[in-house]
Amino acid sequence: MTTAETFSLILAMLTALAAGLIGAFALMKRMSLAGDVISHIALPGLGVALIFNINPIIGAAVALFFGTFLIWQLEKGGRITTDVAVGVMFTAALAVGTLVTPSEDLIEALFGGFQELTTLWFVTGIVCVAAIVGFIWYFRYQLIIGLFSPELAATSGINVSRINLIYLMMFSLTVLLGLRFLGALLVGALIIIPAAIGRQLTHTLTAFLAVSSAASVLSVLIGFTINRLYPSITVGSIKLNLALGPAIISAAACIFLLSLLKKKI
Amino acid sequence: MTKRLEVRNVSVTVDGARVLDDVTFDLGAGERLVIIGPNGAGKTVLLKSLLDLMPHSGQIVWAPDARLGYVPQKIDADRHLPITYKDLFVSKCRVAGEPIARIGDVIRDVGISKKILDTPVGHLSGGQFQLGLMAFALIGRPNVLILDEPTASVDEPGEEHIYSLIERLQHEYDLSIIAVTHDMSFVYREATRVLCLNRRSICVGTPEAITPDVLAELYGESQSFYRHHHHA
Repeated sequence: MTTAETFSLILAMLTALAAGLIGAFALMKRMSLAGDVISHIALPGLGVALIFNINPIIGAAVALFFGTFLIWQLEKGGRITTDVAVGVMFTAALAVGTLVTPSEDLIEALFGGFQELTTLWFVTGIVCVAAIVGFIWYFRYQLIIGLFSPELAATSGINVSRINLIYLMMFSLTVLLGLRFLGALLVGALIIIPAAIGRQLTHTLTAFLAVSSAASVLSVLIGFTINRLYPSITVGSIKLNLALGPAIISAAACIFLLSLLKKKI
Repeated sequence: MTKRLEVRNVSVTVDGARVLDDVTFDLGAGERLVIIGPNGAGKTVLLKSLLDLMPHSGQIVWAPDARLGYVPQKIDADRHLPITYKDLFVSKCRVAGEPIARIGDVIRDVGISKKILDTPVGHLSGGQFQLGLMAFALIGRPNVLILDEPTASVDEPGEEHIYSLIERLQHEYDLSIIAVTHDMSFVYREATRVLCLNRRSICVGTPEAITPDVLAELYGESQSFYRHHHHA
C-alpha cells in the first residue's frame, strides 16, 4: 500500500469509530431515518459542485449544513410531522441529486469508492474525527439525560436545543467523512447498522457504545480486505463487482444477521 | 412566611385555544400546594409553565434561592433504552456539579435498592420507576419539589409509601411542594393549600375550603365520585 492509501484506510477506520458512537446515540434518539435524510441531502450538493468543478466535498458540506438545520427545525416541532418530512425529503434529495450529478460521477457519488488522500485532507479528517469523539465524550452526561427525557434535561439546566444542534452537526460531519468511501446512498448504513448490532448484543450503555464502534470499524476492515483481495469474482456466468462501499455495508449487514442469531441462543 | 414563588395572571394559549386563563397564586417556604381539577383543566400545562418548559404570558417569579426538582407523571422512555438509573444519577451529579457520593444519599433517602439502580429503566415497574424519578429530582438538592400525579402509576400500598416519603423528604430537605393530583385523599392528607383549576383558578385556599359547591363547579357531574372518595 502507498502512504496515501494507508492514510485513506486509517481515516476510514477512524470515521467508522465516530460513526459507531454517533449511530448509537441516533438509535437511542430514534432518529435513524433522519440520518438517511441528512446523507441523501449531500447528493445534490455533490452534483452541483461537480458541475462547477468545485471540490465535491465542499458542495456536500454546504448541502449538509442546510440538511442539518432543516432536521433541527423539524425536531423542535414544525407544522408537518417528522416522518412525512423525512419521507418526502429523502426521495426528493435523491431524485434532484441524481438529475444534477454528471453521469460519469454518479456511481461514485451514490456508492463511494476508494480514493487516495493528500496529507492535508488526512489531517483535516483526523481533526474532524477528534471533534466528533470529543463532543460525545464532553457532552455524554447531557446527552444521556436528554435521551431519557428532554424535559428533565431542561429542568436540570441543560440547553437541550443547543445540544441537539451540535449533535446534528457532528452527525453531518460523520456523514461527510463517510461520503468519500461510502457514497450518499450507503453512508447512513455505517451509522445505523453497527448501532443496531450493538443494541442486539449488549445491555449496558458503555458496552453498547463500545460494540457499536467496534462493529463499525470491523465492517470497514472486512470490506476493505474483500475489496483488495477480490475486486470482482465470477460465479458461473455472473460477474460480481465487489466495490468498497457495498462490501463494507454488506459486511456490516452480515454481522447484524449474526448478532440476531446470538440473541436467540 | 417567605415566598418561594409568585404567579401573577399566567395564561397559556396552544394553537389558538386558551388552555390556562389568568391564574394567580403564591407558594411560601414549607408549603404543600396541591393542584386539583378535571382532565384537560391545564394542570400539567401550569406545571410546565412554572418550569419554563412552555411559552406563557403573565409573571412567574421564583425566589432567587429556589432550586427546583421536577418529578414528571410519566416518561415516554424507550423500553429498550440501555440506560439505567445509575447512568442517569451519575449524569445528573456531573451536570449539577455534585459529588458522585450523593447518589448513595438519595437512594437511601428515597429507599431504592442497588438492583433497581442497575436495571435498564424500561424494565422497572411503575412504582420503581417513580421512585427513581424522585431520587433523580433530589440530586440537585432542591428546595421546591414539583410533582405531577405522584401516585398515578403506583398501587395502593405504593401510594402509602409515596405519601410518607413526601412527608419525610419535606422535613429532610426543607421543601416547598407543588403537586398535581386526581387523588383527593392526597389533598386531604398532604395539602396545606389547594388550587382548584379548570382553565382558570376556581379557588385557592386551605383544604377545608374545598366545599361540595366548589367541587361541583370544578368537576360538574363527576363531583359525587370525588366527595365519596373524601369520606371513604
